[in-house]
Amino acid sequence: MRRNQAFTRRWRGLAVPFAAIVLWALVARLDLVNSALLVSPAKVLDTGRELLSSGVLWLNLRASLARELTGFVIGTGSGLVLGGLLGLWPRFNRIVGPSFNTFKQISLFAWIPLISVWFGLGDVAKVVFLSLAALVPVVVNTADGMRSTPATLLEVARVYGYTRAKTIWHVVLPSAAPAIFTGVYLALVYSWLATIGAEYLLVSGRGVGNLLIEGSEHFRMDLVLFGMVAIGLVGWLMNASARTLERALARRLGR
Amino acid sequence: MTSTVTTDDLHIHVASKRFDSSQSTDGSLQVLQDMDLQLPPGEFVSIVGASGCGKSTLLRLVLGLDTAYDGAITLGGEAISGPGLDRGIVFQDHRLFPWLTVEQNIGVGLRNASFNAQQKRHLIAEHVALVGLEGFEKSFPHQISGGMAQRVAIARGLVNRPRVLLLDEPFGALDALTRARLQAELQRIWQKERITMLLVTHDVEEAVFLGDRVVVMQPHPGRIRRIVPVNLPHPRNRSDPEFIRVRDDVLADFLAPDRRGPSDVPPTAQPSAAIGFSSERIRFAW
Repeated sequence: MRRNQAFTRRWRGLAVPFAAIVLWALVARLDLVNSALLVSPAKVLDTGRELLSSGVLWLNLRASLARELTGFVIGTGSGLVLGGLLGLWPRFNRIVGPSFNTFKQISLFAWIPLISVWFGLGDVAKVVFLSLAALVPVVVNTADGMRSTPATLLEVARVYGYTRAKTIWHVVLPSAAPAIFTGVYLALVYSWLATIGAEYLLVSGRGVGNLLIEGSEHFRMDLVLFGMVAIGLVGWLMNASARTLERALARRLGR
Repeated sequence: MTSTVTTDDLHIHVASKRFDSSQSTDGSLQVLQDMDLQLPPGEFVSIVGASGCGKSTLLRLVLGLDTAYDGAITLGGEAISGPGLDRGIVFQDHRLFPWLTVEQNIGVGLRNASFNAQQKRHLIAEHVALVGLEGFEKSFPHQISGGMAQRVAIARGLVNRPRVLLLDEPFGALDALTRARLQAELQRIWQKERITMLLVTHDVEEAVFLGDRVVVMQPHPGRIRRIVPVNLPHPRNRSDPEFIRVRDDVLADFLAPDRRGPSDVPPTAQPSAAIGFSSERIRFAW
């Protein structure tokens, strides 16, 4: 009885996807829907295998990931600096803060026309867009995290003669670490989202998004569906590694 | 033990301490007035008073966190102008850094001290043993109880071997059993180290249990009402009749400021033994 329960608990999450695929296969096989756009799961798998073996998938994925990584690093790096300044330097926050708070209200995708005019449609424009996507959550969370250092702990640092620099390094940063990590994690998520979006809107070059666009333009739903699976897998991988990192960080910081 | 070249007397003289207040008529609230207190080295002085009488403010002045007052506080002849490692403090909340272990938290007190790494390790180990937390050096604050965390805070306050240890209602946030236990612990530590200690509390029994002298404060503005010497041997016994007499004497200042308490009645005048106190003699102030 117990083994049955454990088995059920582990695999019950797959019930819905399994049923969906079976249904899909049946519909395709039995020609229940009269549409040229319907492809069977088998076809999607075949296309996928072809893309993998020909190297086309990897070529496009690599292009997307490279852009995402570049944008993520630039956006997170500058976000940490800007967020740090806003969080630690009240005067800077008073002067620059209002401008940034207004700036961050502009919906990310609204920047596309301006970016395409300034930077064209190529890789540079896409990386600028991605950096923007990564920047905002990092700045907001970093500044908030640093400003929320408990005053009681800052007082302890004062009592024991910590200089301002030591206080920032030994008290403010460890205290703000969870918030900073949240910001970086969000930056990763948003920049991956923005990567696909950028490939739709700044259409030039390679990328998984471009695979999808190409697929839909040529009515190749197998390409589209496989592309979606690939994108989903990459997103899941990022999520999983970020969560592992977060757990390791939390343990190291004693929570 | 601390080696003293100059005398380590703590002289507290606060003529006046005011805070800005939008609610008072002249824009400021006087929280302390004419506080004069002298602590010879190694003495344990308790300050007892109701909430809001300015006793925590006084500690902050001695600690050097606040320097805006009329008066002078000197330690060993030198004026106090800011925080320093010669004065330690234990706050009511333990204020341990959640991301550091017990021994790292104690080490926080040593970060700016002029010992080398080996001496620091030795000092930390010594103070972990002093507060009875051997075996928990690598634990994090969220893994230990409130009483244990407060013991770490005491170790952190003492690790520098300060000349004075200030304690701001250190056991107020703990349950009664832990409080009693830690009071005994603090007494043991004080007897061993003989560091000057200045304890602020609202618990009269705690004040009498621990202090050589009890400073009774009254509020609005905070002033010294009187200083009661406690000439009892250490370790103190809470059931000792003399202890109870002193305690009730101090308590009377809070229960009925213009009346005396039951234990002040001479034995012959009491009609019955045990707990009886006739109602017309006692009038509670609240």
